[in-house]
Amino acid sequence: MTTDMNADSYVTEDGRTIGPVVMDLKNITLRFGGVVAIKDISFDIREGEIRAIIGPNGAGKSSMLNVISGFYKPQEGEVWFRGSKRPPMRPYQVARQGLARTFQNIALFEGMTVLDNIMTGRLNKMNANLFQQAIWKGKAEREELENREACEKVIDFLEIQHIRKTPVGRLPYGLKKRVELARALAAEPSLLLLDEPMAGMNVEEKEDMSRFILDMNDEFGTTIALIEHDMGVVMDLSDRVVVMDYGKKIGDGTPDEVRNNQDVIDAYLGVSHD
Amino acid sequence: MPEQLLFAMEVTLNGLMAGVLYALVALGFVLIFKASGIFNFAQGMLVVFAAMTLVGVQTGQIPFAHLINTIFGTKVHHFGWTVPTILAIIVAGAAMVFVAWVIEKYILQHLIGQPDIILFMATIGMWYFMHGFAPLMWGSEVMKLDVGLAQGINETIDTTTYNWFGYGFFIDNLDIVAAIVAALLVTALVLFSQYTKQGRALRAVADDHSAALSVGISLRFIWVLVWSIAGFVALVAGIMWGSKSGVQISLAEVALKALPVLMLGGFTSIPGAIIGGLIIGVGEQLFEFAVGPLVGGATQAWFAYVLALVFLIFRPQGLFGEKIIERV
Repeated sequence: MTTDMNADSYVTEDGRTIGPVVMDLKNITLRFGGVVAIKDISFDIREGEIRAIIGPNGAGKSSMLNVISGFYKPQEGEVWFRGSKRPPMRPYQVARQGLARTFQNIALFEGMTVLDNIMTGRLNKMNANLFQQAIWKGKAEREELENREACEKVIDFLEIQHIRKTPVGRLPYGLKKRVELARALAAEPSLLLLDEPMAGMNVEEKEDMSRFILDMNDEFGTTIALIEHDMGVVMDLSDRVVVMDYGKKIGDGTPDEVRNNQDVIDAYLGVSHD
Repeated sequence: MPEQLLFAMEVTLNGLMAGVLYALVALGFVLIFKASGIFNFAQGMLVVFAAMTLVGVQTGQIPFAHLINTIFGTKVHHFGWTVPTILAIIVAGAAMVFVAWVIEKYILQHLIGQPDIILFMATIGMWYFMHGFAPLMWGSEVMKLDVGLAQGINETIDTTTYNWFGYGFFIDNLDIVAAIVAALLVTALVLFSQYTKQGRALRAVADDHSAALSVGISLRFIWVLVWSIAGFVALVAGIMWGSKSGVQISLAEVALKALPVLMLGGFTSIPGAIIGGLIIGVGEQLFEFAVGPLVGGATQAWFAYVLALVFLIFRPQGLFGEKIIERV
């Protein structure tokens, strides 16, 4: 079976529909003073796909993610989101557009319970004004119930029912990662960015996380872009892979194409200079 | 009942009432520290500025009258009207929101990502700026603040205790009002932060900036919000202190009393601020009562600070502060 990946939409071998381009990055260059973190990189992310960004340490993967989520502002290049060019935006504005993310070093609200953390993911779905919230009738009550329900769905999905009322600060690392994912998922994002979702996990936890990522994509149709430096995991998960090295893009394509790319092999295994 | 014990009870009650006033000032510090990690040295000045604005608006004073007179050679001082108290409080509250907005836009906005000490220095700058600005706006005379709160001895308590013990307790009505207002204020703040969208966002920002941004919370909005709330708390504290002792610039020094309160209660805890305030209030009154006569009195001037010092040694995070854990 052949698939034309340049078409507007196509169906993958496992029967998922990949739609048109959601996020298009054009010639992004990011500098910190004299250091070039990202050099003239372009790639796109399509609706419904799992897109991986891989590369050795220091390749600029996290910087790329921070550009997409608005935490860094690139000096050159354009970010196109859903067919229109994105003006310079602050991270919270990007989030309100429907981008959710997780962080490499976990950024959770440690003092709040798991449920409260996940509820913050839905803050932007609440429109009741202060007065309505104070009298707790009509819109405020309805919204709270709706949001609560949506959160419970996410909690069930990620299998964290048993810790809903636990303050996040007390949880072990692996569960924190999962709670952070839950918070991002609760926002029902049109693009979900995961910064090393499996970093520091053991094999079993990695398998769980892979399953969640696949299921999220399958059941909710969530578009996911993720960073990972574990090649094995990425190849099984993703539809397309971007490979970065020293701030440059050295490969882009399906896992098979990337696996056989000589530049990628060199970057990962090293190359002898003789 | 022995007379000494009755005295001690009266002193304790009065201490509790004084503690409420300390707690009101400390509350303003806690709010800002919790949400932005800034120790706002200027909180005491906010109290004075709020109180001055309230009196100025209420009595129909023309702002910057001195400045206007000097520049234009006029002799204006009052508009010639008085504003109803409720309206004046609303106007003063709005002024505090405006101050919060100005502070965020012209000071904090430019210091994002700077070390805490820089932000702390900036608030010292704010203290001095307002120290000059407030009198420039409203004049430097002692202003009399009267918002119609009951004052003087509470007859009911006096008579009741006299009938019970044969000795009437002296409790000031104003102190009772202050205690009720403080209780209402704290309840409202807790409800706001626990059950509203904005409150949730505020707690989120207090916990982790990056995470808050990633779920779509505007840090700027939250900072203006939290400085506005601190300004409003300052207004309430200003009304209470001002009604008691008149409004003048030296009122800002009550803020210094908030420091030991914070060390006792913890910088990040709202209940801590209240309980710390009460402990200091009662502690310094009782200490003066019991030990004062032996050492020549005036122990109130230092008791709170020494108590705070002892706390720093044994429990640096305060009674309710977050435990400080350092990983190596």
